[in-house]
Parts: sequence; C-alpha cells; structure tokens
Amino acid sequence: MTAPQAKQETKTAAQISKSGAELLLDALEEQGVEVIFGYPGGAVLPIYDALYARESIRHVLVRHEQGALHAAEGYARSTGKVGVALVTSGPGATNAVTGLADALLDSIPVVCISGQVARPLIGTDAFQECDTTGITRSCTKHNYLAPSAHGLPTIVHEAFHIARNGRPGPVLIDIPKDVQFEKARYTTREDAQKRNCIVTPEISAHQIEQAVDLMRYARRPVLYTGGGVINAGPEASKVLRDLAKATGFPITSTLMGLGAFPASDPQWLGMLGMHGSYEANNAMHDCDLMIAIGARFDDRVTGRLDAFSPNSRKIHIDIDPSSINKNVPVDIGIVGDAGAVMQAMLDEWKRRDKTETHDKTRNDAWRTQIDGWRARKSFAYVNSGTFIKPQYAVERLYQLTRGKDVYVTTEVGQHQMWAAQHFHFDEPNRWMTSGGLGTMGYGLPAALGVQAAHPNALVIDIAGDASVQMTMQEMSAAVQHDLPIKIFILNNAYLGMVRQWQELLHGGRYSHSYSDSLPDFVKLAEAYGGHGIRATDPAELDEKIMEMIESKKPVLFDCVVTQEENVFPMIPSGAAHNEMLFGEMTEDSVSEQGKTLV
Amino acid sequence: MTAQSSQSGAQSQSVYPVTRDEGAEREVILAIIVDNEPGVLARVVGLVSARGYNIESLTVAETDMEKHTSRITVVTRGSPSKIEQIKAQLGRLVPVRRVIDVSAETDALERELALIKVVNEGDQRVEAMRLADIFRARALDTTHQSFVFEITGARDKINAFIDLMKPLGLSEVSRTGVLSIRRGAEKD
Repeated sequence: MTAPQAKQETKTAAQISKSGAELLLDALEEQGVEVIFGYPGGAVLPIYDALYARESIRHVLVRHEQGALHAAEGYARSTGKVGVALVTSGPGATNAVTGLADALLDSIPVVCISGQVARPLIGTDAFQECDTTGITRSCTKHNYLAPSAHGLPTIVHEAFHIARNGRPGPVLIDIPKDVQFEKARYTTREDAQKRNCIVTPEISAHQIEQAVDLMRYARRPVLYTGGGVINAGPEASKVLRDLAKATGFPITSTLMGLGAFPASDPQWLGMLGMHGSYEANNAMHDCDLMIAIGARFDDRVTGRLDAFSPNSRKIHIDIDPSSINKNVPVDIGIVGDAGAVMQAMLDEWKRRDKTETHDKTRNDAWRTQIDGWRARKSFAYVNSGTFIKPQYAVERLYQLTRGKDVYVTTEVGQHQMWAAQHFHFDEPNRWMTSGGLGTMGYGLPAALGVQAAHPNALVIDIAGDASVQMTMQEMSAAVQHDLPIKIFILNNAYLGMVRQWQELLHGGRYSHSYSDSLPDFVKLAEAYGGHGIRATDPAELDEKIMEMIESKKPVLFDCVVTQEENVFPMIPSGAAHNEMLFGEMTEDSVSEQGKTLV
Repeated sequence: MTAQSSQSGAQSQSVYPVTRDEGAEREVILAIIVDNEPGVLARVVGLVSARGYNIESLTVAETDMEKHTSRITVVTRGSPSKIEQIKAQLGRLVPVRRVIDVSAETDALERELALIKVVNEGDQRVEAMRLADIFRARALDTTHQSFVFEITGARDKINAFIDLMKPLGLSEVSRTGVLSIRRGAEKD
C-alpha cells in the first residue's frame, strides 16, 4: 500500500532542481541512513546547512574525524548496515584516513563523505585542500571525486552498493564545495545507472560435492571461521550452527569472527591464533581437513607459514577471490557468500546422509585428543586476593552482564586479547574490535556508534589506559548526545602489549612503554560530565561493576590491575601452532628471525 | 612431538601441487579492460606498486568509445601463484571489467612500436640504412647527420635492432610498450 505512494512522491521530488547538498541527503535518505557521524568545516558547510532542516537523519558530532569513522564502523558492525561519516576537506579527510584503513582491513561497510575545495580551486594548493582521492585510494575499496551535482546521486547509490556487496569495505565520496551548491535533479536508486562492478560467481555444485566428499572422509576435521561469516549476516551464523551440528566438527574462529558460533557450545574450541587457545591451535596444526570460512589466513592466525597445518587438506570459502591462495595454498577454493556456500554444503551433506550413513565414530579419537588439549585450560591464570588481575576483571564483567543486551568494543593490546579470551559471545554482531589494522583508540568511538544504533543496550568498551587516551575526547560526544557508553579501562599504567614484547624479546628493557602522569580517570570522567568509578581491590570489583552498569551516564571505569601481567598462551612470532608458550618463558624461545616478524 | 611435527611440515599432503613460491618465474602480458574514468590508471599502477609487483611495460588507451572502456596492457613477472594473485587483486578494483592473461595463449600476438634516432656519418649511415631495410624499419626523418627510424615488432626484434644500432651512433630511443591480442576469431 505505502510503497507506490512513496514512489510517486520521489518521482515528483525528482523533477525539482535541488542543490548538490540536498541531493546528497536525499540519496542518503533513500539508502536508509538514519545517523551520520561527522564534524563540520568550511568545505562541507552547504551539507550541514541542508542537514539543519532534516529531521530524518540524526547527526552525531564527534570530536575528531578518526572518531567519526570508528563510530560509523561500530554502527555498521553492530547492525549489518552501512555506517556513514561526514568530514571536511584537508585535515578532516586526512584525519579520517586511519578509520578508512581500519574499515578496509576488517571489511566493514562504511561510506565517508568528504568536502573538497571548489572545482576551480582544485590543484591550486587552496586553503584546506588535499588530494583526498589520491590519499585514500589505497585505503578505500573505491573512491570518487564528484564531478557535478547531476552525477552525485548516482555516485552515492553506487557507493552504497560497493560498500555493502562482495567483500564489504569503505567507500569515500569527495564533493567539491561548488558541487554542493550546484542545482540538479535527483536520480533515484532505481533509475541510477548501474554497472556490474561486484560480481559473485555462482557456486559450483562440483566444488561443493568435492568439499563434502573430503568432509565425510575426514578423521580430524576443524572448522575455521572468520569475520566473513559475521559480514554475511545473521543467516550465515545460523547456517554455520546447523552445519557444525550436522557434521559434529569442532569449530574455532578468528578474533573477527567471535560470536558467529556460540562460545557456550561444546564443539567450540575458542579463538585461535597468536593468543588463541591451546586446543584451537593444536587442532589447526594436527587436523587432516581444514574448512576455512570467511577467514583470510592472517599472519596472527597462521604463525610460521611453512609449518602451518602441514598435514591437512584445506577448503577455503571466501567472497573475495584474491583471498584464496594468497597466504596459504588450498585444495578447494570456493568463491561465494559464506552463508550461501555453507547452505549448499549442508544440503549436500544431508543429501548424502540419505544414501550412505556417516560413521560418526570416525571422529571420536580426534574428539578425545581435543578434550585432552582442552584439559590444559590454557586461558587459566593465577588469581590474587589483593590485586585485581585483568583476566579476573573481564571474567567478572562477563558474569555480571549476563541476561543483559550487551555489546562489547575494544581498543588494541593486552586488554583486547583478555576480552577475547574471557568475554564469551553467543550471538554475532556483539563484538567490535580492530583486528586487521590494530588501531589503538578504536573502541571508544566505536562504542558511540554502537550505542547510537542500540540506544537501550549496554555498550561496553573494554579498554587499556594507553589506547583509550588516543580518542578520549569522544567522551565529550558521548555526553552531548546522551550515549551512555561504559569505558572499562584495565589500567596497568603500561602500554601493556608493547611492554610484554619488550619483556619477551628485548631483555626487559622497557623503552618508553611506561605511562607516567596518567590522568585521574575518575576526575576526567567528571570533567566531561560523565560518571567516574575506580576499583583497586578485587573485593569491591563486583559492586563497582554493578554501579557502572546501572549508571545512566557515560562511565569511565578505572580498573586498576596488576602491572606486569602477560597475555598467555602465546605463539611467538616465527613459531608454529603447536609451539605455544605458557606463563614461564625465557628470551631464548624466540628465534632471531621471529623477532623481526613482530 | 614438536620436533616430529615440524619435520613432517616439509611435505604437504595437498592433493594439488603446492604453488606458493614454487615454479619458475615467468613473464606475463595482462590485458586489463577498465572503465575509462578519472584515476583508473593510478588505481591500477598504485595497486601494483603497493603490493610489491613490478611493471616491465605499460600501455594504455581508450579502445571502445561507446562503452568508455580502455585497455591497459601490463607486462610483469612472477611465479605462477604470484601471477594469480596479481590477477585476483586487479580484478577486485571497481572500474576493472576483466583481466586477461594474454600470454597464457602460447602464440598470442605481441607488438611494440619504437622510434630510434641514430646520429652518424659516412659508412655508418649506409650500414644503418641497410640494417633498417632488413628489419623493415622506416626512416621517418633524415638529416645529413641523423636518421629517425620507426620499427614495429615483438620486443625481441626491437631489442635486436637497438643492439645493432649501438655501434652505429644510437642516440635516443622511444618505445610504446607492449600491445597484445589473441589470434583467431575468439574474443577475450
């Protein structure tokens, strides 16, 4: 009923000439954009002027353009929609670069609108001019310099198409100021000229048969899933669960893929990789069949490449053809949407079940072996009665937030690994972290984005004292826009992961990794108009965490933890998956070559 | 256990030959059909340099005025797996329509055009003209001291001609880079 009516409205709207700025907002509106994270400046003033009168699009004023991009990423990751950021020319655009690179490496769909100096001024070194499309070419999936207002709506529609389809990623549209003023007619999404820029080939039935063949005869199989499963939508996570259930295969995931499979399931092995679990990494090393789904064999996952899972056949499912055979050669590479391919595999598996019974005992010895590794309890730590251990803090945070609608973001470093190890996820889109680029300062603005999308949810940024200071100013945005995010700082007064590497690789020479003169986070929170809490004693931790959860304001929680705790287990650089280290480690265990790998 | 496992790490049981950094490096000629839009050449070249591949030759021009597509011909080198990776990475670029490995056809046509200036006198001029004749090079410009020859052919032929001109007063060379197309009725 309502659809044709709406269409008629846009048809009439299309006949009216409007400014480029209005056309941009019309196109964003048609693409379903509800919220923009941005920062005004000279070259985007016409857009902000148009935004002034729009009720339909909410604007969140960040305090630094990097924050706008991370907030858009948090929004995108937690909703599955495209996040939108709006920044000005010159410094606005260069500040956005970190966020764009972050979104590119983690395949997050983001559209960034940047202002540019007027067309006649381009190339004249004008005020706040920079070659934005040149600078961002290698850190976006695609970018545009809008040549005219007439072409702008089509560009916006294509940008959203590119950002969300195929392997998602960031797209930037650079709009000269005079284009924002120029009058033109609107082009609807339907009428926009489409080019076939993202092509996903059809799933080959033959490859699915081959893959299922390997799966049915595997004795030591393992499913290795990544962020691609999350990107493929909640349906894909559901199919993954069905596939794991039908096959009974053990399953591990990368940092980016946490939540696609419930951590509470007995088939779950925990995260794999450098700080992954003993059972996950050993299963990867000793398996005879690896099924990689939406994961890209990152160096933090594989360890030493020539010793990576030496005796396995490998199936790799990825939507990006260039990911297949990039780092690790595989036996069967299937290009396609993770959900669709898994569904095809599941159908084929069930079809085979009808004609030939699958011997479930085939994997029994493998399960026993895995249970043996699991018994090692690799994430265990020695707790303390007098000091708060960071792992304990995360564990309590996890326990005390059960039954709540929780989203977790992190910064980058030790706290990120502890969060991944001790905070467990049963649903996708609940875990936002900077995996590929490893951007310190990601978590706080990402939490803003998540909270803007889910106003009633409990959004927690598990942070470190060093990372959080990189984008601390966004506390101000949180207070202004009534986004009650909870910043849970594991404060060890060190750049913890740097300190850990210096301890293990550089003879304990802690070169510039100690933060003297940390701010008083409680006073800082109050200075911003937020709520500050400090915990120093394990006995008071629970009560303080509850205080945080119940607070209606943005909270900075200064959780003072033991200073020299290290993240274990660990695969040192240059080592194989089955050469994990636990608490007691000496410098000699890292090879010279490994030190250079970092 | 550790020692055992890393020993067995040498021999992969992959059902397909492992191609990573194995196999002889070969030269490939890639034809990349792209939408002719601003920045497309920078995208292609930027990707190649950012990922550490090497371009030996590059030619670009619009080839279909109606569809606004250009053909970029790139000559590069690498192991088979590296070539596959280059092709896949190029294929990811939004304005790239197709990436064709022209040299995968064993007898693909390959041509290059070169302008070659020689400055000489006396017998050397006679010899230069004689060689140019053999190579079917045309003299585009002549003075009493110089020739400018135009020569077309595969790179080997042009290289051979340049070598022969060296003792005969070779002064300057300008080359177009390689063009390539497949033989027969089939279209890429």
